[in-house]
Amino acid sequence: MTRQEIVDTTNEFLIDEIEVENENIAEDSRLKDDLGIDSLDFVDIAVIVERKFGFKIKAEEMMSVQTLGDFYNYIDSKINK
Amino acid sequence: MRRVVITGMGIYSCIGKNLEVVRESLYAGRSGIGIESLRTEYGYRSPLTGILDRPVLKGVLDRRLRTGLAEEGEFAYMATVEALGNAKIDADFLENNEIGIIYGNDSSAKAVIEAHEIIKEKKDTTLLGSGAIFQSMNSTITMNLSTIFKLRGINFTVSAACASGSHSIGLGLMYIRNGLQDIVICGGGQEINAYSMGSFDGLSAFSVKIDEPTKASRPFEAHRDGLVPSGGAATIILEEYEHAKRRGAPIIAEVVGYGFSSNGTHISQPSNEGCLKAMQRALDDAEMKSSEIDYINAHATSTPIGDTNEAIALDNLFCNTKPLISSTKSMTGHECWMAGASEIVYSTLMMLNSFVAPNINFETPDEYSAKLNIATRTVNKEINAYLSNSFGFGGTNSALIIKKCDF
Repeated sequence: MTRQEIVDTTNEFLIDEIEVENENIAEDSRLKDDLGIDSLDFVDIAVIVERKFGFKIKAEEMMSVQTLGDFYNYIDSKINK
Repeated sequence: MRRVVITGMGIYSCIGKNLEVVRESLYAGRSGIGIESLRTEYGYRSPLTGILDRPVLKGVLDRRLRTGLAEEGEFAYMATVEALGNAKIDADFLENNEIGIIYGNDSSAKAVIEAHEIIKEKKDTTLLGSGAIFQSMNSTITMNLSTIFKLRGINFTVSAACASGSHSIGLGLMYIRNGLQDIVICGGGQEINAYSMGSFDGLSAFSVKIDEPTKASRPFEAHRDGLVPSGGAATIILEEYEHAKRRGAPIIAEVVGYGFSSNGTHISQPSNEGCLKAMQRALDDAEMKSSEIDYINAHATSTPIGDTNEAIALDNLFCNTKPLISSTKSMTGHECWMAGASEIVYSTLMMLNSFVAPNINFETPDEYSAKLNIATRTVNKEINAYLSNSFGFGGTNSALIIKKCDF
């Protein structure tokens, strides 16, 4: 899966399932402060990521993920390693 | 003593998803019973059930507020929106006043079973999602509605089997009478999915008259063969009388009596002594005589033993005055945890509109019901006060008396 495909898939579920506002989607958007994603949303995102990308998010690996760009890169690193 | 009135009602049931449609259904004697074929696939004895679909809340509530709502929570949300609207309670009022919630619910089987299926398949609890816990607990309705409506008063769930909704109103009454709250949202919610009723079906308690589903629920009738499970939600806004007057709220009726008892006998078999004690206690609480009751909405679910015990108790207490009696479960099926609240909505609609809804399918009385004055057809009649019975597994009994409010 290319990085663009990861970006498209991620954006799609963030908008459709997590109901993030479309206009807030950007590489440098901060997950908590800009997108309003809270700790419970992360639990649901983990379920969706497992379904869409086939791996389980580890909480400790998410510590350094601050922006949407970081999140795309994290998914890329997990599925294209 | 502080008086307690009803200032709002809301309903989401198999005979209508708002008060107006439900009023029409009650008057017409319209059944909400049908067949869900999935139940047959699951091995149920009976596929009969109240038919009710889930509301679509996407676009109505934001995702975080929806995620924790199980099916019965969605029903309760719909009923409560209607009730708050009727009570003229808006978002600003909720923000600036302390309002409590005491709601009846006694299961959330679908959420529990679905979570279990995921755990079995994935072997990983983190893949259940954030809503599973909030949907799975018996208190799912109160925990969600208190968050959605920003409630800051008393907040808990009553789990008392098929008397849950009725006890919720009794407890709300007590909180307000005792000066602890001015407004309490009461009610009952009941899931209606095929996961939720398998174990109850396993007791052979359900009707298997599947040829004519709308005739399957026949409380007090000689040929009844069991109840029909159903569900939905009903909400009642209870408010202290002076408080309601001060804010210009619509005063719909007054809650004047709450009676309760526990049979202390068998876990599933009812006791006419227990029924009688609850009703007598409600009359005593209301300082009323049995002759002042114009209508009784019976608990009668259409099971042979339950209806017989209630009929004996009703005849004992009302043999001289013989008020009109009907069981709206003949139309709705048994709404279980919700029933004690929904039957207050149904009966209050009758009182407001001066009619008694029929006990449909009552064709032949049995030895005990022959002694009662059962409304076999819709009766146009003024009702000034009514009694509503609710009894549950474990021998929990609740009786409520509601009357028109004397201003």
